[in-house]
Amino acid sequence: MRPVYVVSGGVSKFKKARPDKTFQAIVKEAVVYTLQDIGLEYGKFLEIVDGSVASYFSDHFTRQLMAGIMVQDYLGLTPKPSHRVEGGGATGGLCFQEAWKSIASGNMDLCLAYGFETMSHVNTWKGNEFIALASDVSFDYPVGGFYSGYYAMMVVRHMKEFGTTVEQMAHVSVKNHMNAYHNPYAQKRQKLTIGDVRGAPIVAWPLTRLDICVMSDGAACTLIASEEGIRKLEKATGKSVNAVKITGIGRGTDAMRMSDRPHKEVPLLPHEKAEDYVGKQFVGGKLKYPGIHSFRAGRTASLQAYKHAGIKDPLKEIDFVELHDAYTSSEIQTYEDMGLCRYGEGGEFATSGKTFMPGIEYGLKLKDQPVCPVNPSGGLIACGHPVGATGLMQAVFAMWQLQGTIGKHFGDPKLQLKNPKRGAIHSHAGTGTYVSVSILEKS
Amino acid sequence: MTKKRIQEVVEETDEGTILFNVPMPRNVELLKDLSPIIIKQSYHIDYIHSYGQDSPWFAGLANKRLLGTRCQKCRYGFATPKLSCMECGGECDWVEMPLEGKVHTFTVCEFGSEEFLKETPFLLCLVEFEGFNTLLLSRLIGLDPKEATLNWVGMKVKAKFRRNSKFKPTDVYFVPA
Repeated sequence: MRPVYVVSGGVSKFKKARPDKTFQAIVKEAVVYTLQDIGLEYGKFLEIVDGSVASYFSDHFTRQLMAGIMVQDYLGLTPKPSHRVEGGGATGGLCFQEAWKSIASGNMDLCLAYGFETMSHVNTWKGNEFIALASDVSFDYPVGGFYSGYYAMMVVRHMKEFGTTVEQMAHVSVKNHMNAYHNPYAQKRQKLTIGDVRGAPIVAWPLTRLDICVMSDGAACTLIASEEGIRKLEKATGKSVNAVKITGIGRGTDAMRMSDRPHKEVPLLPHEKAEDYVGKQFVGGKLKYPGIHSFRAGRTASLQAYKHAGIKDPLKEIDFVELHDAYTSSEIQTYEDMGLCRYGEGGEFATSGKTFMPGIEYGLKLKDQPVCPVNPSGGLIACGHPVGATGLMQAVFAMWQLQGTIGKHFGDPKLQLKNPKRGAIHSHAGTGTYVSVSILEKS
Repeated sequence: MTKKRIQEVVEETDEGTILFNVPMPRNVELLKDLSPIIIKQSYHIDYIHSYGQDSPWFAGLANKRLLGTRCQKCRYGFATPKLSCMECGGECDWVEMPLEGKVHTFTVCEFGSEEFLKETPFLLCLVEFEGFNTLLLSRLIGLDPKEATLNWVGMKVKAKFRRNSKFKPTDVYFVPA
């Protein structure tokens, strides 16, 4: 396989509704930004790009089948190759990896990965229904299904087994909203307190409205390249490219019905030992894994991505993570899946300070200094979650971090980490049904 | 801590004026400034949904019997039926489930998808059964949603059935035993 790089990207502002444009034109905004950022003229781009991957989750939201091809022709990319990727909430992360495959395999030298979702076409409760159709429609959806309910059940078990508290979850919300305060692309830029999060209306006990991401309209894209593709770009623009290398990809899956999740051994990361998951602190003296408190797909994806990138101890070797925090609870569960802390310790880890950004005042008492900021951009909770765009939005923000260009793109350097070398992005579907993890490194 | 917030916006409702015409400038160059036209479209579908190989489970509920499946090869027990074993790929047989179990986890839904909004607040739970490896998602009835507590996890519950079957998974529900 050949080395693969992400060389440029763009994100439309994520908003509750974008009635001024159709989905094609919103994607075009992100693409135009991507090209302008590297000084590539549009006509030249159409000449040298080899193809694309289109990312969108729901045909229900657009009420338009084959929306991907309508973006492709709007962008002027026809008749070049393309395909649509769909994998629930992980759609954008999978799209990024499909573009990686196109380059790594030698099939393409330059590939555009674009994604979008326009969720404002229906009311929130109808949107919840569409999303709930991504659960078993014979056994789950008809019982009263909606995803906040499923995640609430998962975290109730996490709380029962590990002692995780709602205040620990609220720390995640305060952190991510406060980070987003400095991100102009974010839908919600709010300074919150733990009291605000807990005082917000309950959606599904114990999750409040501020524990949960919102529906959005938005688009994002990345330009992925081989070394040959970078040479073509540099020739076309007359400028050097600030490329970020994609050094690891991983994916995992699990049963769609969370009721079907089995109890097995924990697949261990290199820095973990089997004894870590035996003891009185676990129900029955041993961690029953994944149960419904953990995401086996997230652990599987992490294992693969870390192995590929040569990571042995993620907390020490990854400088920041953009992870799929559709819920404050799932951010905590994901710390554990990605091995940033051990299973069961996510709640404490959330309040330790290790996942916070340096130089930002959160109004919280945190005992530790930042080690590995999680969702420095504000994550899904604050940026919004236009599903097909989300995973690519993470890729763009992670790339900008590693390029050192956050200040330029956000018009505010507050969220720029000092010289980060390596970042991870994590995209998640269903109740942990598909998960992708990709590792990005400064080249 | 939070100050009490007073509502600052009027309620947005769904009904609207039907649009039959819009202004149009003589100069088409001004058209890029036209506000977007947003229309409401109704979309209704009747699906012909088959329960396929899972049909006996729903037939069981109509007869006040709760069914699960068990793998003939590896004996793995599914509380939500699967006729194909996800552990070994073997074929499963139908078996009667115990009518008592324990709350593995639960939530109170104060909000929901459109179809279930009128039923809020309602309780969802996952039930665990002795001798079965997987759980069953069901409604939990007979508890005060305002009193939700982690102590409900582990509570013994028993199955009840609707008298008039609707051939939906809600034909069975659980109450404290």
